[in-house]
Amino acid sequence: MELTSNVVRPIIRFQDVYKSFGPLVVLKGLNLDIPEDQTSVVIGPSGTGKSVLLKHIVGLLKPDAGSVWFHDQQVDKLTEEQFEPIRKQIGFLFQQGALFDSMNVGDNVAYPLRLHKLKSESEIRETVHEKLSVVGMDGSEKKMPGDLSGGQRKRVALARAISMNPEVILYDEPTTGLDPIRADVINELILKLQEEMKVTGIVVTHDMASAFKVADQIVMLYNGQIIFRGNAEQIRQCPEEHVQRFIQGKADEEDLKALRRL
Amino acid sequence: MSANSIPPYSRRLLEPFATIGQTVTNSLQAIGDFGAFFGAIIFWIFRGPSRTTLREMLVQMYETGTLSIPVVMITGGFIGAVLAIEAFSQFAVIPGLADRLGAVIMISVVKQIGPILTAVMLAGRVGGAMTAELGTMRVTEQIDALRAMGADPIRTLVTPRVLACVIMTPVLTIYSDLIGILGGWMICVGVYHIRNYAFWHYAFTGTDMFTVAVGSIKSFVFGIVIGSIACYKGFNCGNGAQGVGRACTESFVESFCVILLANFTLAVMLNNIYTMFWPNQPSIL
Repeated sequence: MELTSNVVRPIIRFQDVYKSFGPLVVLKGLNLDIPEDQTSVVIGPSGTGKSVLLKHIVGLLKPDAGSVWFHDQQVDKLTEEQFEPIRKQIGFLFQQGALFDSMNVGDNVAYPLRLHKLKSESEIRETVHEKLSVVGMDGSEKKMPGDLSGGQRKRVALARAISMNPEVILYDEPTTGLDPIRADVINELILKLQEEMKVTGIVVTHDMASAFKVADQIVMLYNGQIIFRGNAEQIRQCPEEHVQRFIQGKADEEDLKALRRL
Repeated sequence: MSANSIPPYSRRLLEPFATIGQTVTNSLQAIGDFGAFFGAIIFWIFRGPSRTTLREMLVQMYETGTLSIPVVMITGGFIGAVLAIEAFSQFAVIPGLADRLGAVIMISVVKQIGPILTAVMLAGRVGGAMTAELGTMRVTEQIDALRAMGADPIRTLVTPRVLACVIMTPVLTIYSDLIGILGGWMICVGVYHIRNYAFWHYAFTGTDMFTVAVGSIKSFVFGIVIGSIACYKGFNCGNGAQGVGRACTESFVESFCVILLANFTLAVMLNNIYTMFWPNQPSIL
């Protein structure tokens, strides 16, 4: 299977990445290219290392072997300080939002701006207002994260992730835990951001409806490796058993046997 | 020689050794890990705190210091009073000896009881709260979010808290000492009718600035211990509510053990320094 992009230079590359946590091997020689200005969706069974993959991009985890590249720069061996300029260009939407609960919504969204001191206070306030409007949460600056619903928290977290106008946005299971309508709002936001801000999006999810809607390319992670890479049409045609079971949502034989024994 | 090639009987004999070895290795690893964490704290303190760090430090000083004053004063007051009650029965045997209770209370409170009790109270109240807050931030990925934005979590979260502890612990110790002495005074003079002049005379002549310095140095060190251990435990807690809860318990217990160890070490060290500089004075240990 052709794993290297032959059209555009990939903005992010994983080369032969291995990662284990104690005895558990999560990534086994993973090779992946993420093309620029597109939304790539990483699907796969729960606990197979999709979030681990995302965290490698922004340096929260370092590979045991192999290399990770961002814009032709090897990033897996950088120190925290060296990573700072790269992290300014990447926005990360965490699974539960990870808003700072000691500050209100406005201060949360302004946090990266105040941290990197690139704008004046009035410019920051304007940017906060703008980003909250983009995600449909304008007027909520004074609210505390604890007062928001799950869907609202994710939208505020997304506003925070885009406050520095990043080139890349990483979405860790953005629709998990949301009802279908709220999930679709997030899908629409992902599409809107890709179109209007020209960002490269990497979405980790096991929500197939979301994947089919937002993806320019879909990548399936299974047993620590990429077993499929292609667009929505190609994945529907893929004869590989694990892929078909996953996208159709069918339990496999061993799981069913375990159930019948009860 | 792999574990499977050892016959079962020998394996059972060797198991206690393996357990001891594993425990020692884990402990050394934890100490090393904490050492690296502590090193990072020192690095960021000497790098110079940013304005946000200073602002956060003031917030933490209020939370840890100002709000702890009532409980610290109550603790000090009652301990001073109880000390007077217990000591009086022994001192009253010889006429006139009870006049020296002022010195006994002053030295005990300022050098030992004040610093230790205040530190233990703060390890529970403040240390527990810090571990819980930082632990919750860790399990909700807020610390990861800080790193992903290019902020250093130790600089942003830990440095202000440790600085607040280091500043407020000696201050609170002084409050505790003060109320402790007053508690002892109230019992001695008010209940046992020791002469007021005698109480204060012996109190002030029996102690010197070095006594006060010892108490202050101890509380300064205890502040460092409480702040750094509480934050370390929060940063490294296990998953879920159980992980946070366990981290809080461990934070208090370990702070307490290190405080006792530090107290002993400092007492010996400072006593040696005292005899080095003032060799003609009686030992203050």
